Formats: sequence, structure tokens, C-alpha cells
Amino acid sequence: MLTKRIIPCLDIKEGRTVKGVNFVQLRDAGDPVELAKIYSDEGADELVFLDITATVDKRKTLAELVTKVAKAINIPFTVGGGISSVEDVKVLLNAGADKISINSAAVKNPEVINKMAAEFGSQCIVVAIDTRNVDGIDFVHTHGGRKATLLKTQEWAKEVNERGAGEILLTSMDHDGTKSGFANEITAEISSMLSIPVIASGGAGKMVHFKDVFTFGKADAALAASIFHFKEIPIPELKQYLSTDGISIRL
Amino acid sequence: MQVAIIKYNAGNVQSVLYALERLGAEAILTDDLETISKADKVIFPGQGEASSAMKYLKDKKLDQLIPQLKQDFFGVCLGQQLLCAHSEEGNTTCLNVFPVEVKKFRPENALDFKVPHIGWNNLQDLKSPLLQGLDDSAFVYYVHSYYCELSTYSIATTDYVLPFSALMHKDNFFAMQAHPEKSGLVGERILENFLKL
Repeated sequence: MLTKRIIPCLDIKEGRTVKGVNFVQLRDAGDPVELAKIYSDEGADELVFLDITATVDKRKTLAELVTKVAKAINIPFTVGGGISSVEDVKVLLNAGADKISINSAAVKNPEVINKMAAEFGSQCIVVAIDTRNVDGIDFVHTHGGRKATLLKTQEWAKEVNERGAGEILLTSMDHDGTKSGFANEITAEISSMLSIPVIASGGAGKMVHFKDVFTFGKADAALAASIFHFKEIPIPELKQYLSTDGISIRL
Repeated sequence: MQVAIIKYNAGNVQSVLYALERLGAEAILTDDLETISKADKVIFPGQGEASSAMKYLKDKKLDQLIPQLKQDFFGVCLGQQLLCAHSEEGNTTCLNVFPVEVKKFRPENALDFKVPHIGWNNLQDLKSPLLQGLDDSAFVYYVHSYYCELSTYSIATTDYVLPFSALMHKDNFFAMQAHPEKSGLVGERILENFLKL
């Protein structure tokens, strides 16, 4: 039976993890490879690396990091952040990434989704959508959720599916950082509309939130960062809990 | 022991090389006919589209070489599908090592089953030395929209929309739809078993 996926997300800046990471067993708290290895050993189903490096010349560091990660771990991983061209994708896939994720670049130039999917196959193209509810309507936001667009989230999700995205990473900017649970309503709405899997992100605070997003939210996977980094919810415990509660999980 | 990984224009083959390196195996990525013929084991990986992959194999004359190889051979993901007779993807005539048809997942209700089939799913009805030490609690990582039909060559099945051939075996040819190089300890075990055959 196909299982629901648990995906820790690591923020990367100039080849190092940022945001506090609270792992006692880490020798080097800023080493993404070591952290990736721990998560993979703990039973994470996939990993996402989000590069927040601002400058272009530092991006070479990212490709080098991707190769180190690919050599070290035996589960799939996605790389996102600042990717805008077919060439960017090529560099990261050749370095050993399994998938890439695009966000702002796709909003700016939707045709790039078709190009990337045609060149590398839909299976490795994840489109990240940051959504925020404004007066009852869900709008796509870019630039880390700071910039509003006129695109309605539901319509954009449908469009990226049709353009050849292999998965959607849906982040609710309303829920992100609140620890009050995932945005189950919009996640369920998007997931039910699409033929491709939806990864829910934003709002994880308790184990029950994961159960809710897999049931009420109809999500295929759930992503979180700080609750894993700060060991508030250990992955083995979370997976055991979900499995006991009847969610299909890889143990 | 020298392992040849067949290089072609499909997906992330680098990861297969890294996985073998983690197991301490000596492996090279190559499309050279002689190097492949002389290797002790051959792995045929890949993601991508069937018709363009077959075209590349023909250009390199690999389509003639592969079915004649006598050493242990392991087709992975698209590599499994290309070992079959024919694929619905691009209406492609494949290598016909396994006289099996490759079909697209067509769920009756799109809400029940998303396509591609992405994620971890378990193996069932395991029967092969390749799967030694594993049982139906073994999960492997899938990313695919096309599948190999069940046949007498099936050595494990997975259920998604319908039961399909998760792994196949005929003579010196083995094949697997999921990605062993991305399937954690289970995948490592399968690759290790293949190297020990």
C-alpha cells in the first residue's frame, strides 16, 4: 500500500543549515549532510533542501552540497530556492538531486514548467505554491510569501498540473509558523482537484496535525521544519503514532 | 568485481553509482559496448521517457548488445520497462527480454489513485535470491506512471491501482520498477544481493 510521506525541510545558506537546530548527536550543527543522514536513518521518507543563499556566485556551493548529500543518503531529496532556468535544473540533477522545486520563477514565467518537464520529466519537477487567504479568497504569494499576486491558488494549482508539474508543495502562509495545524481545507480542495500528489506545508505543531492533514487535508505528504529540528516531535515517534491511528506509513 | 552502469540520456543515474560506492563496489558509468560486455555485472538504470531512451540505445547499438549479455543484469525503473516487449509510452517497441507489455496506470477514479505513483509502497509475493532477507514489510521508493504487467517472470508484486510486477527475473536478467538506490536499507539489501548473485 502506498504510504503517506513525512518530509523534514532544511534551510540552507551558503552550504550550511540555518535556523537553530537542536540535535545533541550533531558534531557540527551547521552541516546539512550530517543532519540529512540522521533524518534518513530516523525514517524520514524524503528530504527537502531550501536554499536561501542570496547571491548567484555562492550558488555553486549548492551544487557541491547536493553531491555530498547524494553520496551520503539513500532516500530521495528535493532541492529548491532561486531556481529559474532549465540550466539551473540540469546542474542540480546532475549533481545528484532527485527533484527540484520552483516557486517565484514559475509564477513569473509559467512556460518554464513545461520546458523543465519536457526536458527532465514531470517526476522531478515540484512546483511550490505559497498561498494566503485574503478576505476569503486564496491568492498565490511569492518571494517567501511577502509578495501578493493576482493568481488564485486553486486556478494556479490546476495550471501547474496541466503544464507538467509532478507534485505540488503547498505552503499556507496563514498557518506557517503558527504550530496550530496544517491548512486542511485548502489542502483538501487542491488535492481533490489534481491528478498529482500534494505535499502540505505550514503549521505543524503536534502529531495530531499530521493525522489531520492526511485525513481531512487529503495530503499525500507532509513537510515540516522546526518541530523536527528542535526535536519537539521525533520522526520515529510520529510515524508510530500515525501507523497506530490507521494511517498508511512506512515503518 | 567490475560493475558497469549503462549511461544513457535518462534521469539521475549518478545516484546508482553513489549507492554502489556506499556498498564498496567498484562501478563505472559507461555506454561503451566493450566495457559493458566485459563487466562482471551490469546495471541498467534510468528515469525518463521510453521512446527517446530506446532511440538513444539504438544510436549506441546498445539495443543489440543488451539482450545478448550473459552476466547478471539488473534493469531499474525505466530500465525494467525497456527490457519488456512493448511500452504504451510513446507506443515504443522495447528490448523484448521479457515478453511483457508495459501499460499506463488508468485508475477508474482519479481521486483514489494519483498518477504518477510517487512514494513508498511495499513488496508482496517475494520469491527470489535477489530478495533474500526481505519480506512483505519491505518498502521501496516508486516514481512512475507506467508499469510492467504481472507474468510468470514476476518475483515480487506491488499493489497500486492493480497488482503489477515490482520485480522480474528471467535467466541472467533481473529487473525492478522502484529505485533501489533511493529505497533506504531495503534498497541497499537488494543491490547487495544482486552483487552477491
